[in-house]
Amino acid sequence: MNNGNEIKITPELVKEHGLNEEEYARIVSAMGREPNYTELGIYSVMWSEHCSYKSSRFHLKKLPTKAPWVIQGPGENAGVIDIGDGQAAIFKMESHNHPSYIEPYQGAATGVGGILRDVFTMGARPVANMNALRFGEPDHPKTRHLLAGVVEGIGGYGNCVGVPTVGGETNFDESYNGNILVNAMTVGLADTDKIFYCAAAGVGNPVVYVGSKTGRDGIHGATMASAEFTEDSEEKRPTVQVGDPFTEKLLIEACLELMATDAIIAIQDMGAAGLTSSSVEMASKGGVGFELDLDQVPQREANMLPYEMMLSESQERMLMVLKPGREDMAKKIFEKWELDFAVIGHITDTGNLTLKFGGEVVGDMPINSLVEDAPEYERPYVPTPKRDAVDVDAPADLGKAVMDLIGGPNLCSRRWIWEQYDHMVMGDTIQRPGGDAAVVRVHGTEKALAISTDVTPRYCYADPVEGGRQAVAETWRNITAVGATPLAITNCLNFGNPERKDIMGQFVGCLEGMGEACRALDYPIVSGNVSLYNETNGSGILPTPAIGGVGVMADSNKMATIALKGAGQTVVLIGETKNELGASLYQKQILGKNEGCPPHVDLDIERRNGDFVRALIENGQVSTCHDLSDGGLIAALADMAIAGRVGVSVNVEGDLPLHVVLLSETQARYLVATDAETAETIRKEAKDAGIPVAVLGETGGDRLTVNGGVLDLALSDLTAAHEGWMPNYMAKEPLSA
Amino acid sequence: MKSAVIVFPGSNCDRDMAVALEKITGQKPLMVWHQEYDFDKVDFIALPGGFSYGDYLRCGAMSARSHIMKEVIKRAEAGVPTFGVCNGFQILTETGLLPGALMRNAGLHFVCKDVKMTVENADTMFTSAYAAGEEITIPVAHHDGNYFADTETLDRLEGEGQVAFKYNEDINGAQRRIAGITNAKGNVLGMMPHPERMIEPALGGSDGRKLFESVMNRLG
Repeated sequence: MNNGNEIKITPELVKEHGLNEEEYARIVSAMGREPNYTELGIYSVMWSEHCSYKSSRFHLKKLPTKAPWVIQGPGENAGVIDIGDGQAAIFKMESHNHPSYIEPYQGAATGVGGILRDVFTMGARPVANMNALRFGEPDHPKTRHLLAGVVEGIGGYGNCVGVPTVGGETNFDESYNGNILVNAMTVGLADTDKIFYCAAAGVGNPVVYVGSKTGRDGIHGATMASAEFTEDSEEKRPTVQVGDPFTEKLLIEACLELMATDAIIAIQDMGAAGLTSSSVEMASKGGVGFELDLDQVPQREANMLPYEMMLSESQERMLMVLKPGREDMAKKIFEKWELDFAVIGHITDTGNLTLKFGGEVVGDMPINSLVEDAPEYERPYVPTPKRDAVDVDAPADLGKAVMDLIGGPNLCSRRWIWEQYDHMVMGDTIQRPGGDAAVVRVHGTEKALAISTDVTPRYCYADPVEGGRQAVAETWRNITAVGATPLAITNCLNFGNPERKDIMGQFVGCLEGMGEACRALDYPIVSGNVSLYNETNGSGILPTPAIGGVGVMADSNKMATIALKGAGQTVVLIGETKNELGASLYQKQILGKNEGCPPHVDLDIERRNGDFVRALIENGQVSTCHDLSDGGLIAALADMAIAGRVGVSVNVEGDLPLHVVLLSETQARYLVATDAETAETIRKEAKDAGIPVAVLGETGGDRLTVNGGVLDLALSDLTAAHEGWMPNYMAKEPLSA
Repeated sequence: MKSAVIVFPGSNCDRDMAVALEKITGQKPLMVWHQEYDFDKVDFIALPGGFSYGDYLRCGAMSARSHIMKEVIKRAEAGVPTFGVCNGFQILTETGLLPGALMRNAGLHFVCKDVKMTVENADTMFTSAYAAGEEITIPVAHHDGNYFADTETLDRLEGEGQVAFKYNEDINGAQRRIAGITNAKGNVLGMMPHPERMIEPALGGSDGRKLFESVMNRLG
């Protein structure tokens, strides 16, 4: 019988599998013989960058992952934190960059599907989806097509599955012209005593396959994600998987139904490298062997080879180890949901992954060597040179610059995007997209989760350490600004080619900054994903360590929003403004440069100011709050006025030039609005606590006015510019393809 | 008021509907799986939103031919108040209980947002707690909500007071901005907007409550 193993292993074939000579020699020595074709394929995906983290592992180990509320840190399908009352939040973020560039709809859709499975595999009902998207410059010929396809794909999958997509971030920069970033995050809820892990146990126990059938789609997706892009990459369309959200919805319900019983010992979704990585991971974590009979695998196509079945990345599939004797009961549940259910093997004590096909053994590999012998590289790196501070010029016309920013690609309203996502299904979205953080109630309680995704790649490029700190701090600040206590983060580390010393320097620097921020803010990393080789024809993306933060608030009735609430409110700025226009959005968008130091993140000040603001919200002193980030004070004021449909007039004093005061991106700052009397109390409390504070002005009228008219913009013009950019941009010309 | 929520594979607003019914009527609804042939006697049947059968073939087409719908049709024809939201509305048109069809949105995009609409007929069993001409805000979330029927049918619907709700502005290309219609007897209502999502201030408003309260009032 033809099983693929008659194909001869040549140096060329080894190279095509993304393995270098030294790596191949390691395989031969681990196995004590040459691998056959099936085994070579399995080693190549297990040792790919995507699955083995061979370039990043050494540095990832340095990140803080522990806190008293962390139930499960990195290493499982997703991170788990205790949110009190016997409940846990389970979450993770993952990249689907390369597939989304090649086929934006399916690439983004399956990105959402994959991250959902990571979360419900652990026993959680997914309650919120988020994303972090990065596209090339708006004028690039592919940008519009990619943006339209990605948004459609995220919506197409999430809307059908019935999990609300509650927020995210979208940015444009020319460095992503040939390599967009699509990072998807899912947050789920479970009871702390009903969490499922992937460690297999019990020799003889059945290994069960459920979900969709296996086809030839996505073979070598993990290898594709581990190589640089070239012009030929678009020829790789067949390696992009196709998603079926309907099956995913059935799979969620069926798995949760089975999880309510005590039949499952271990469960793992089939993500990158499909059946290979799921079985290897389950066996490795449990210290056991697996024997799989590949003839039992439900197949969508005829004559599939073992190699193809093991490497297929067909979507909506799960692997489970059941308690013996529970197969029939489990099967009934999956039949009710009209999903495939097949016992495809059992646990052994050999420590090997043994594959049978047509009655023959077609592969037999030590599990240990697939996991632990994977190479680990301490790649050489050069730290990014420190920049000097610079003074950034004032714009020729301040009013025009502000209008251009508020109505420009990076600060404009993302309504065009999030109105294509069902952000309300499940009936617990109490803060919809457009605010600082999305807020989703814990079903049936007054408690809520706050979620935010952030990173400022401009800063990471200018100074990776500051940029890494800032990305973590910004999610912390956004969660704080709605009144929640930030608890933990997940991350998606998107970088260029790690074999380049400068890129590796960016990676190491960003991780150092992230680690510092996590420690200082008691805000550990519980899950994450690394996406390297984000380069096209040798040109790398801006370093983009996207962070997804999760926090909790006990009483969601006290939640703050950014919208000003009517006239006669006093606006107060908390935190000090410094001359920090280096690497700012203003400098980039209006002056066309990225020079000087990015804003410094002082983590003590960050924590002090944030804790102060959160207390104001928790005490009910404030229900309007917005953090300051890209575009500084003036962008935050404009956001609040536009959202509240009311004008605001402020006076800013001090020694700094007006454009610096309005556009500086100094960190750890918040705007709050409340009645005059409470504002005065807040001012005094801040002063007593040593926190810089300034009462800026009052809401009312229909204009945004600074210093009596030095800057004076009609709210209607600002709103039109803010809301208009994206729909106008997307309508400009018919989409290609 | 005892109610039932029919659940199809791919329904995803079934829980939202059940939560709203329980909150407003004080009674947990019966959840009925599509493979059933029969279910307990109830006062009110709800077909929830979602993507039953993945919207494959045509939205609502496969559900309309499921076992359970034979029973639902029988009861609706016998006068049991029957209410379809979003995918539920699509299923009702596919069964023929309501005239017309829901086509792809004119803008070709999924659209999820609060929309303002007007109560066109406040004399139905689903709308009596509203005032005639009342403007209410209810969210939509659909890809195929573009209501279509021939001119004769549209004239009849309008003439007979079967148009329950109209959008205040064009949302999806629907003929005559129709958001929801009843059958001639008035005991079947289908609508694209989701009243079950607007039942408390924390979710953005309570304008959806009166729909359920209308039915409760009618049933005593």
